Amino acid sequence: MHSRRLRLMGRLIARNRGLFSGAALCTLAAVTADYCTPLLLAETLDHYLSGLPSAMPAFVNRWVDALGGPEYMARHLWIVGLLLVALSCLSGLSNFLRGRWQSQAGENVARDLRSQLYDHIQRLPFSYHVKAETGDLVQRCTSDVDTVRKFLINQLMSILSAILMIAVALTVLLRRNARLALYSMIMVPGLFLFAYLFFKWVVKAFQASDKAEGAMSAVLQENLTGVRVVRAFGRQRYEVEKFKEKSLDFKEKTYRLCRLLNVYWSVSDGMSMLQSCLTLAVCVIFAVRGEITVGTLVVFTSFIGKLLWPIRQLGRILSDAGKSFVSLERIDEILRQPVEPEEPEAVKPPLHGDIVFDHVSFGYDGQRDVLRDMSFTIPAGKTVAILGATGSGKSSVVHLLQRLFAPRSGSITIGGVDIQTIDRSYLRSHVGLVLQEPFLYSKTLRDNVGIALREPEAAAIEQAARDAAALGFILDSESGWDTLVGERGVTLSGGQKQRIAIARTLMKDNDILIFDDSLSAVDTETDAEIRRALKERGKDTTTIIISHRIVTLSQADLILVMEDGRVTQQGTHRELIAKDGLYSRIFNIQTALEAEFQEEVN
Amino acid sequence: MQQEKDYTQKFDLSLWRKLLRYAPRYKKHLAALAFFMGVNALIDVAFPLLTSYAIDHLITDNGAAPTFFMSRAVEIAQKLLHCPPLTAFIVLYVLLVALSVATIYVFLYLGSVIEVGVCYEIRSQGFQKLQELPFSYYDRMPVGYLMSRMTSDIQRLAETIGWSLLDLCWGVVMLLMCSATMLSINWKLGLAVMLVLPPLGVISVWFERRILKAWRSVRKTNSRITGAFNEGIMGAKTTKTLVREEMNMEEFSGMAQEMRKSSVRAASLNALYLPIVISLGSMATAWALWQGGSQVLTGAMSLGVLQVFVNYTVQFFEPVRNIAGVFSEMQSAQAAAERVMTLLETAPDIVDSPEVIAEFGDAFHPKKENWPEIRGDIDFEHVDFRYQEGEQVLKDFNLRVKAGETIALVGPTGAGKSTVVNLMCRFYEPTAGEIKIDGVDYRKRSQLWLQSNLGYVLQEPRLFSGTIRDNIRYGKLDATDEEIRRAAQLVNAEPFILRMEKGYDTDVGEGGSRLSTGEKQLISFARAILADPRIFVLDEATSSVDTETEVVIQNAIARVLSGRTSFIIAHRLSTVRAADRILVIEDGQIREMGAHRELLRQKGAYYKLYMSQFEEERAQEILGS
Repeated sequence: MHSRRLRLMGRLIARNRGLFSGAALCTLAAVTADYCTPLLLAETLDHYLSGLPSAMPAFVNRWVDALGGPEYMARHLWIVGLLLVALSCLSGLSNFLRGRWQSQAGENVARDLRSQLYDHIQRLPFSYHVKAETGDLVQRCTSDVDTVRKFLINQLMSILSAILMIAVALTVLLRRNARLALYSMIMVPGLFLFAYLFFKWVVKAFQASDKAEGAMSAVLQENLTGVRVVRAFGRQRYEVEKFKEKSLDFKEKTYRLCRLLNVYWSVSDGMSMLQSCLTLAVCVIFAVRGEITVGTLVVFTSFIGKLLWPIRQLGRILSDAGKSFVSLERIDEILRQPVEPEEPEAVKPPLHGDIVFDHVSFGYDGQRDVLRDMSFTIPAGKTVAILGATGSGKSSVVHLLQRLFAPRSGSITIGGVDIQTIDRSYLRSHVGLVLQEPFLYSKTLRDNVGIALREPEAAAIEQAARDAAALGFILDSESGWDTLVGERGVTLSGGQKQRIAIARTLMKDNDILIFDDSLSAVDTETDAEIRRALKERGKDTTTIIISHRIVTLSQADLILVMEDGRVTQQGTHRELIAKDGLYSRIFNIQTALEAEFQEEVN
Repeated sequence: MQQEKDYTQKFDLSLWRKLLRYAPRYKKHLAALAFFMGVNALIDVAFPLLTSYAIDHLITDNGAAPTFFMSRAVEIAQKLLHCPPLTAFIVLYVLLVALSVATIYVFLYLGSVIEVGVCYEIRSQGFQKLQELPFSYYDRMPVGYLMSRMTSDIQRLAETIGWSLLDLCWGVVMLLMCSATMLSINWKLGLAVMLVLPPLGVISVWFERRILKAWRSVRKTNSRITGAFNEGIMGAKTTKTLVREEMNMEEFSGMAQEMRKSSVRAASLNALYLPIVISLGSMATAWALWQGGSQVLTGAMSLGVLQVFVNYTVQFFEPVRNIAGVFSEMQSAQAAAERVMTLLETAPDIVDSPEVIAEFGDAFHPKKENWPEIRGDIDFEHVDFRYQEGEQVLKDFNLRVKAGETIALVGPTGAGKSTVVNLMCRFYEPTAGEIKIDGVDYRKRSQLWLQSNLGYVLQEPRLFSGTIRDNIRYGKLDATDEEIRRAAQLVNAEPFILRMEKGYDTDVGEGGSRLSTGEKQLISFARAILADPRIFVLDEATSSVDTETEVVIQNAIARVLSGRTSFIIAHRLSTVRAADRILVIEDGQIREMGAHRELLRQKGAYYKLYMSQFEEERAQEILGS
């Protein structure tokens, strides 16, 4: 598993290898330039100002000699100043480019990951989404991606930069004075280990604080959403105490975490300063003995000063680098889910033929069959109504027709063509399905109605809304067509949502139109109004309506009664009321109510 | 709905002072924090001076070089310890390190005490305030918005109060001390070096603002992306049926690209800032080295002192950056502070008068001994009502309910049924007219008095995290386990409770999410019955439950209602039929009123409703079985 994660990380980096290597080179340049400054200072102090031997490589001295030797440099110190500024600018430029490039690389990866995830999730089969946990998926797509992004942008280069710094510092210092180098680095491993172990260890305190915050937020959230209950029972005081307890717990847990961190920062600061102190003291002793120059002292003290901070960071980064691999794994889990396969062979036949279910059996994911050996025919261009008890398999029938699922056995044909061979997008584009629980996008009402088309015409949108009996309330809304729906906008009632969902489905070029119990959320009159409009709209559209309203059912050309995964009765209204069965039982309610009424009144 | 403001132009110190009034005990801590920060900055200034002493007096023995009290300090240490100057120097250095570590620990300690404490104090007061604010406030404020005020906004301002001040003190002291030392060594050179400060400050402020702005835009895009994922996942089924995958993807790609663009922009600004500041600082260093170096040659300056100069010029940019950072941080946290302040200062519009509080106590300190017994007669007299900024819902509404009567309210959505109930509970107050309980205007009693005598069961039952027992006990906090069992038995909830793994101690999950709707309803009935209220309000659920539960619930309702004054917003035939009186409400008026049979005989609105609404109910019953 571990190597798989590493490979995945490698792949992400490889796609932006230009930017990443650019950033790495810039890191090297910046580190080098930063270290050159103290070296230049030392050379100035020792060689140019005090006349001691040079510590610079030969080529530098050749240039200095060409200018007029160290005395010339001492008289023209502005040259050194200029060099200092130049070094600082070089380091600055490198740092800037590094920052820019690593951010570009990391953001590219994040963008690609996000898009890939979004695309992949959309292509996952319907069955996946039936079971999907929204919160967890969103978390993976957002915070896990963010963890990976942060790793690539901040941590990867910091690790590299720290390692480079240590390497460069070691080489330079060892060459200047090996023993002194040893003394001045003696606490570095300890500092690193301290940081590393501390942050490994303190994870629990972080988690405890997070958990306490979660508990506090939960009480707050429940109090706010349940404000009616709180007031109705007059429990304000109790709630305040409950919240105080959680809030206090969060305070204490956070405080504990802070105390730990405070100890860490002061101790590691102390260690760093002691290391600086030790370096300075040893340097002074060496310098008094004449073993090193003042310049070397400057080099050692400033090198160590530069080194200590990145070392502490390195320990911290490495201790939570594991997190990003866990995140990567969580992302990969989504990407590993198989999507609906491509079907290059698929056909696109006309879809206004008869719909035939031939011995179809179907069950969700190895569970008990919902449809059992079901056969029936829906004649082209007719309106067919389906009546069935909860769990009788009505919705499965319509889901199968859009190829959201595939039958376990048997076949479904439209105009003689098996729908399993029909192109999925083509089929779904021409079979309009209004789901039982419609989802509206957080867009305006206009965009929601026109959502199925790329460039919907205004007139068509209006007509669709009118036919779906939605125009009235749309125009009555505060901002009319521009009213925003969803989380950040208005809340629509169930019936209003359904009507928008019907309107947006009508926008498509439907050969077959299916209402999965979607007319039940509107009142009887609106139901009739919509069906009237549908009749006028498409004369050859095959319409399937799932409903339990007798009026709605009775006006269909054919009624199918489903019980327990089978079609138990079919026929017209007249035929069915004559027979004993589910249909006639529902039909008889009205008569029964009338009788009850008479009884009650008398 | 109010839009969240997230940036204010003007810096407002008085706002922060006002906020601090909500956490007065931390003023002392703040003062101590400022002090220790200053001490720490002094120590930071001293370290380069020690190095300079080492160079000039330990290594090169340049007796003429200034030592800034360091030689005095070393001499004292020498005398006390009877040791050579080098040892004394090291001891001094270690002492300074120890002092520094101590101050670091103390200011970190103070900073976190302030941050965590201010957070807690303000949050507690915010919560208390939320318990006092009326429902009209909750109508205006989405829960998510209140949540972010109470969590992230408060966190943000506590951080700012705790740590910004710290940065500010350190920066100011550091800057002052560096400048003073440089000026005292060589005022000409010092002044020249300090010339870079103004441009440094200007650039810092410019950048800090831009960077903050850039990050804000990143955060905004980020929340849009989160929204898109949310919608993409929740709407995946719909997307599939509408074949909108490609169009969605195009929209998303645009967003992802925009996110990349704004993030890179923010990161680039960030990456540009420090190099520019450091390069600018390096000019000061170069100048110091050139001028100072020349003086070293002539002997006018020692090597050690030159080193101090160079060191300070390198360190210069840090306090400047700190100070600039504090100002832009405070400016941006100000929006959060303003939001929190508005919450804390919102005046509730349903309040008990001072006389009422004096007699009956408030929501947190009730004086139960003065509470009159409640019978349950309710009178609506010429009641008008409108929601804030809404149209009139009730006009001259009159209703007289005798104690123990059951009233069913029926009628179309939005006719005003809930309004009648909300007014009765004093969740809102009439805009005109009065509501009398036992013949006395309810505004002459405390809110808690009424609400403590009220049972209320919502359409969507709301439970709290905790066990089933905890949830039932919510109705009567001092109830014994036996009383809880009796309440559960009375509404017939016990069978399902005992079927659960841990019985009464089963955890219901957040908001009761581990129970079915029917089960939640039964628990909420038990909770209400335990409170033994005189007045009962029931907003009957429309969502269907299975037939068996349905029967149980109906029985529960019948038991809960017996002997109490009750209002039911009814959807079910059986409930309506059992009521003493049925009110058909349309457009805020009572259209028909009477017992079930009377109304049916009239063959009016009730009859029509009865026929259509209950026909569907029956059909559902048959199909649901």
